[in-house]
Amino acid sequence: MFSAAVRISAAGIRTAVRSRPCFTAPLAVRCYSHAKPETDEEFDARWVTYFSKPDIDAWELRKGMNTLIGYDLVPEPKILDSALRACRRLNDLASAIRILEAVRDKSGPHKDIYPYVIQELQPTLRELGISTPEELGLDKL
Amino acid sequence: MLHLTTGRLGSLLSRRAVVALSCSSVKMSTHGHEVSEQADMSLPMYWDRLDTPLPDKPYQDTLTAADKSLKQKEMGPWTNLSKEEKLALYRLMFKATYAEMRKPSSEWKTVMGGIFFFIGVTGLVVLWQRFYMYPPHPQTLDDEWKAKQVKRMLDMRINPVEGFSSNWDYEKGHWK
Repeated sequence: MFSAAVRISAAGIRTAVRSRPCFTAPLAVRCYSHAKPETDEEFDARWVTYFSKPDIDAWELRKGMNTLIGYDLVPEPKILDSALRACRRLNDLASAIRILEAVRDKSGPHKDIYPYVIQELQPTLRELGISTPEELGLDKL
Repeated sequence: MLHLTTGRLGSLLSRRAVVALSCSSVKMSTHGHEVSEQADMSLPMYWDRLDTPLPDKPYQDTLTAADKSLKQKEMGPWTNLSKEEKLALYRLMFKATYAEMRKPSSEWKTVMGGIFFFIGVTGLVVLWQRFYMYPPHPQTLDDEWKAKQVKRMLDMRINPVEGFSSNWDYEKGHWK
């Protein structure tokens, strides 16, 4: 009687296991989300679109910039270009200069990032008339 | 309120409570002059933070006529603005630049100085205690007493196998 019980219980265990494939398969298949991680280009495109909104309002600009600076990365020049143009639409020169300051601060010890970003943004800066913080002496105490 | 109060502090609280209840329209002016003006935390506030480049509101809310005309000029092409005007616009919007936010302060010198000062005061207190508070010197700590104590322990054969007396050579009469 005991062996019969063991046989029945073994069958029961097998059927229970079959309905949950992730436990039978080895470690290769885990119960993780199936979403694809966002690529760098998708990330950049998303943020460029965000700042390119024609009727963006001041709150959205602030929220976007503060969120972007919160990420563990230095934003691409094309995102910053979009943000600076958003500042222009909102008639806010001070925020534009602040964004450049924040980018320089975000680069941290990597001193070559900020000059590259400024170099890439030169056409936009000249077109919109935005001075860099260095030109205005804001990087000195 | 009144039945909870006992002692002087309790009676003080009850007095204030009675006053508050009786004259609710009159402000409790007992310590109004000490309280400094507090920011209204229900409104958007300004702060300088490295991780928040654009705070919730501009630094200067109340604009003079000159500021207002500058803001008007800001609506046009920024190439028409001079360096001073751009600086003025920045300072209207923000209080400290990133460089000013990152500036190190000398607070650590005050802190270290305070630490050393209070350690010094504690040292003086301990010194005073040594002369005015400690009980008389116990004779059991004198070298003469300790020598007699060691001799007695050896005579008693304290821990002769592996401990104290095992280090004494009884035949030769000195330590091993």
